[in-house]
Formats: sequence, structure tokens, C-alpha cells
Amino acid sequence: MATETHEAVGEGLADAMGVAAHEAADAAPGMPQLDFSTFGNQIFWLLVTLVVIYFVLSRIALPRIGAVLAERQGTITNDIAKAEELKAKAVEAEDAYNKALAEARAEAGRIIAETKAEMQADLDAAVAKADAEIAVKVAEGEKVIAGIRENALVSVKDVATETTAAIVAAMGGAADEKTVSAAIAARMKG
Amino acid sequence: MASEAHGAEQAADQGGLVFHPMDQFIVKPLFGGDTVEWYTITNVTLWMGVTILAIIALLVLGTSRRAIIPSRTQSIGELAYGFIYKMVEDVAGKDGVKYFPYIMTLFMFIVFANFLGLLPMAFTTTSHIAVTAVMAFAVFFAVTILGFVLNGPKFLGLFWVSSAPLALRPILALIEIISYFVRPVSHSIRLAGNMMAGHAVIKVFAGFAAITAIAPLSIVAITAMYGLEVLVSFIQAYVFTILTCVYLKDALHPGH
Repeated sequence: MATETHEAVGEGLADAMGVAAHEAADAAPGMPQLDFSTFGNQIFWLLVTLVVIYFVLSRIALPRIGAVLAERQGTITNDIAKAEELKAKAVEAEDAYNKALAEARAEAGRIIAETKAEMQADLDAAVAKADAEIAVKVAEGEKVIAGIRENALVSVKDVATETTAAIVAAMGGAADEKTVSAAIAARMKG
Repeated sequence: MASEAHGAEQAADQGGLVFHPMDQFIVKPLFGGDTVEWYTITNVTLWMGVTILAIIALLVLGTSRRAIIPSRTQSIGELAYGFIYKMVEDVAGKDGVKYFPYIMTLFMFIVFANFLGLLPMAFTTTSHIAVTAVMAFAVFFAVTILGFVLNGPKFLGLFWVSSAPLALRPILALIEIISYFVRPVSHSIRLAGNMMAGHAVIKVFAGFAAITAIAPLSIVAITAMYGLEVLVSFIQAYVFTILTCVYLKDALHPGH
């Protein structure tokens, strides 16, 4: 029964496919893969296909892709080498910069120290000169003051003598000059 | 028999379950005619032609700009190139690289035929044993001839396992010889069988979609199978190619 059904299905299939398929189905019920009448056709077209693919690949596609890959590899290698070179240059430049900077700093330090020393020397000289001038001026001033003070004392004595004589006269007495002077001298000492 | 056929057709008319999972593999002439001669232009011709065009589109047109920074298409082409090149180099060794174009040809044909076969209504050329067997036997004969040409009688050392005890060697040699001659058979049936089975299963699930209640499940199953088939399409191309490389390695370096 099962086989009958199978055949029936096969028949229905074959009817649907038309006469050619009908023959094929008769020859190989079930698997078209085992229909040997089509083998020649498949093998012929397979060989044509493989030959075409082989020539397309070996003549055009594979050399081209191989060349592209090699070229890319070369480009990458070159770029890396160039990048390394540039990096080395950058490091070199940085070193040079740092060195120049250090030199400039040292130079600046030196100039500052020199200038400072010069200025200090100038300053010291000026201070010494000023000190000397001040000392001279002070000495002069002191002399003047001493003179003034002496004069003042003398004047005070004169004024005191005159005033005393005047007072004594006013009181009706007569004072001789020597007694008055001695008394004032005695008073001023005290 | 005729009435039974009629019954089957009636069942089809009434929307019952009709399974024709193998119809998709039938080789038929494109431009009418009844017979399939060796030169007839059939759906095999059509889909092999599409395969060639797809390969040219990827590997020739896609790389036509030869850009240092590749476009997406060029990138895929380069990936395919690198993938197979590395496989040949790793498996068959440096001296296997000169056979790279042949292996690349096989890989590109199989992988594109597999993937194109996944398009709805497409014909899967690699699901036919006639196609895979030709490739498998081509590999088998090429490798065998190459082995003898390059190594002379020393190629037979492949069957003489010198690391095994002497008493075992003849038995091992027999096993090795049998396995050597089974290679093209397994090589071809593995690919054709995988491609055929997956496509047939998808068709069977599709047949169940005629029942309304099962239709959603059927569609889910078809989707899942389709995903699996995408994977299988690549893996089988990969397996075929890497086995070719392994056989090539045996021819280039026959000792164990």
C-alpha cells in the first residue's frame, strides 16, 4: 500500500512536470540526483564553469588581490617606518629645546647675578659717598651749633649784666660793674 | 495505477498534503525540448552561469578600484582570498601555495553555488552527486598523480605506517589503502548529501504549511532550517576545501 501511494505521488509529480519529467521520473523515481541521463549535461556545464572560474581567478582576480594586499602591506610598513622616524625627530627636537631652555636659564641666572653684583657695588659706593658727605655736613652743623651756643651764652651774660645793672640802678643803688659780673658768673655756674 | 494518480491529484486539488521535496533538483531544459543532451542549456547551465557572474562581481568588479583602503565588496573579496590562501599555506605547507588558484576555484564555486541555491526557486548545482563527484574525483586523481610525480614510489609510503609495529603494518596498509580510495566518495557525497537534505527538509516543512493550524509552526521551522542551511552552505564549502588541502598535503609530504 505504501509503495502504491508513493508511486501515485510520483505519477502526480510526473504529470505536473510534463512528458520529459515523466520519462525522467520513470527512470529514477524519487531522486533526480540518480537520473543518469542528466549526468553528461551537468558534468559538461560543470567543467565549463570551473574552467571559466579558474581563468578568471588565475588571470585577473587573484593577481590583482595579491598585488593590492602586498601594496597595502608595503604602505603600512612604510607608514610605520615614517612614523618612527618622525617620532625620533620629535624626541630630538624636544631634547634640543630642553637643552636650549636650560642654557637660556643658566645665562639668565648669570646675567641676574652679575647685574646684582654691579648694582650692589654701585650702591655700596654711593652709600659710602653719602655717608662721608653726611659726616662732613654733620661736623659742619655741629660746629655752627657750637658757635651759636657760645654766642648765646655770651649774649645771656651781657643781657644779664645789663639787666642786673639796670635793676640795681632802678632800686637806687649804684653797682659797680665788677661786683655785678662776679655775682652773675657765680649764679650761672650754680 | 492511473486511478491512483488521479486520486493523488484530487488530494492536491482539495488542499491536502502534497510533498514534492525532490522536484527542486530536477534537471530540465530551459528553452523547451524534451531531452537533456550533454550540450542542452538547462537550469544547471543557468545557475552555474549565475555562480560565475557572482564570483566575477565579487572578485573582479569588487576589486576593480584596487584601493589601499578597500570598499566593503573589495574587503570581502580580500577576506576570501586571505582565508583560502592561509588555509592552503597552513595545511599544505609553503610549497602547496602554487596550487592555491585551483583550490580557490573549487572553494569559490562551491560556496557561491551553495549560497545561490538558498535563493527561493533557485537550483542548487552542488546538491547533485554528478557535480560533486566530478570535483572530488578531479581532486583525487590530481592529488594521486601529483604524489607519484613529485615523490615517485616513495608516495606509497603514505600507506606504510612506519611508526606502527612491523606486524601491524600490512593490516594498517590495507586500511589506509581502503580509506584512500573511499576519499573521493565521502568527499563528494558529504557535500551533495548536505545540500540536498537541507533543501528537501525545507520543502517538506513547506508542504506542511498547507494545513492552517500548523502553518505558523511550519514557517518557524522553515526559517530555522534556512538559518541552519546558511551555516551548512559555508561549512560544507569550507570542509570540501580543507579536505582538498589535506589531500594535497599528503601528495606533497607523504610521510606520516
